[in-house]
Amino acid sequence: MSGNAKDQILDFVRARYPQAEIDETQDIFALGFVNSLFAMELVMFIEKTFEVTIPNDELKIDNFRSATSMAELVDRLSPARV
Amino acid sequence: MTTLAETAPDVLRVTDRKSARAFVDTHIVPYADAYDRRGRVPEELLERMTAAGLWAPFLPRDTGGGGMDLVTLGEVHEEVGRGCSSVRSLLTVHTMVSWAVQRWGSPAQREQWVPALGRGDVLAAFCLSEPGAGSDASGIASNVVEKNGGWVLNGVKKWITNGQRADLFLVFARTATSIGAFLVPRDSPGVEVTPIEDMLGTRASMIAEISFRDVALGPDALLGPSGFTAGMVLTGTLDLGRYSVATGSVGIVQAALEACAAYASRRTVGGSLLKDLPLIQAKLSDMVTDARAARLLVAEAGRLKDAGEASTIMATWVAKYFASTAAARHASEAVQIHGANGCGHDYPVARLYRDAKVMEIIEGSNEIQRITIASQAEREII
Repeated sequence: MSGNAKDQILDFVRARYPQAEIDETQDIFALGFVNSLFAMELVMFIEKTFEVTIPNDELKIDNFRSATSMAELVDRLSPARV
Repeated sequence: MTTLAETAPDVLRVTDRKSARAFVDTHIVPYADAYDRRGRVPEELLERMTAAGLWAPFLPRDTGGGGMDLVTLGEVHEEVGRGCSSVRSLLTVHTMVSWAVQRWGSPAQREQWVPALGRGDVLAAFCLSEPGAGSDASGIASNVVEKNGGWVLNGVKKWITNGQRADLFLVFARTATSIGAFLVPRDSPGVEVTPIEDMLGTRASMIAEISFRDVALGPDALLGPSGFTAGMVLTGTLDLGRYSVATGSVGIVQAALEACAAYASRRTVGGSLLKDLPLIQAKLSDMVTDARAARLLVAEAGRLKDAGEASTIMATWVAKYFASTAAARHASEAVQIHGANGCGHDYPVARLYRDAKVMEIIEGSNEIQRITIASQAEREII
C-alpha cells in the first residue's frame, strides 16, 4: 500500500477538519464528519490526486472509512507499477 | 420525422460565448417576453436548440457530444440566461440529468441515454422537490421498493422544470436504506404530469407536478451507487445545476445592465438624459461591477470543475449566492430606472425582476447557501 497516498488523504481530511485529531485508521464516519458534500469532495480529491476513476461498485462505505482503506482503494485502482 | 438540423443545416452551431450570443440575439431575445406571457417555450425554439447543439455540448466526443469544457459551458448558459431565464432553466435541468447519466450511469445506461440526451432527441427533467420538501432533500417522501428484481416507485414531485415537456425524469426517492436516483421514462404507466401555471418567474419553463403511482421500473432504473454514496449523485448533480443557475444569474444582471443603458441613453427627465444623472450612474456602475465580479466567481468555479478540484463545490455555492443576490438586486433597480415603463410589457425588466427572484430560491435557497458557506468558513478559517 502506498504510504504516500495515505498521507495525502490524511492531509486532505485534516485540512477540512483542522479542529479534529484524526489518524490513519480512525473511522471518519464514526466521528460524524462525513455528509454527502464531503463524500463528493473525497471522491473528487482521490480521482484528481491519484488519477483514477472510482467505479460505482467501489463506492462502498467501507472503502472510505479511513485514510488506510482509501489508500487501499487507490492501490487497487492504480495501474500496476513495474 | 425531418428535423430542423436536416432542413436548415446552416442554422448557427453554438460552440462558445460568441456564437451563443449570436444565437440568443437572433432566436431568443426578440421572443422572450412572448414566451413569458404564453407560459411556454415553443417547439420551434427547442428544435433550433437541437440544431445548434445546445442541449449538452459538454458530453464527451466519443458519445457524440462536443467535449465542451465547463468554463465555456458556463459562458453559453450565461448568454442564454441573458436572453431568457426560462430557456436557460430548460438547459439547466437537461444538463444536470445528462451529466448524471454520463458520470454515474452503467455502460448500458450510458449507451441507452447519453447520445440521445446529447443530441436533444430526449429532453430530461430533474425531480427532487416535493410538496413537503424543497431544499431539504432529506425530507422527501417518494419511495421505491424492490419487487420482482426491479423497483416500484410511488410519490409526488413538484415544481419540476420542463416537467410538461421532458421525455425522461431523474427521480430521487427513498430506498430501504438511503435515497436513490432513478431514471423514469415519461411514458411509463403510472406517470401523470400536471402543468403548474402562472408562476411568479421563469414562467415559460413548463413547470409541472408529477405523480408516480405504482410505477414499475426495471433493475437498470437505479442510477449510480446505492447506500451512502447514493447521496453523491444528488450532490454532484445539484452542484452542476447550481453552476448553471449562477451563470444564468450573471446573464440577468447583464440583461438588466443592457436594458438600463439603452433606456437611460434615450429617456430624459428635467431636460437631462437619465444616464447623466448621478443616482442613475451609481446604479449602472454597480451593475457593471457586480456583473464582472459574478462572472469571475462563476469562471473560477468552472475552472475548478474542469480541473477536477474538490473545491469547486464550495466555489459554486459562493458564485451562485453572489450572482443570484446580485441579479435580484439589479433587476429591482432596473425596474426602478424604467419607472412605470418598467412595470409593463414594453420593456423586459419586469420579466427580469420576476425571474431573478426565482434564482434566489432554486438549487438550494440562499439561506441554505449561507449556512453552507459559513460552515465551510468555520472549518477553514476559524
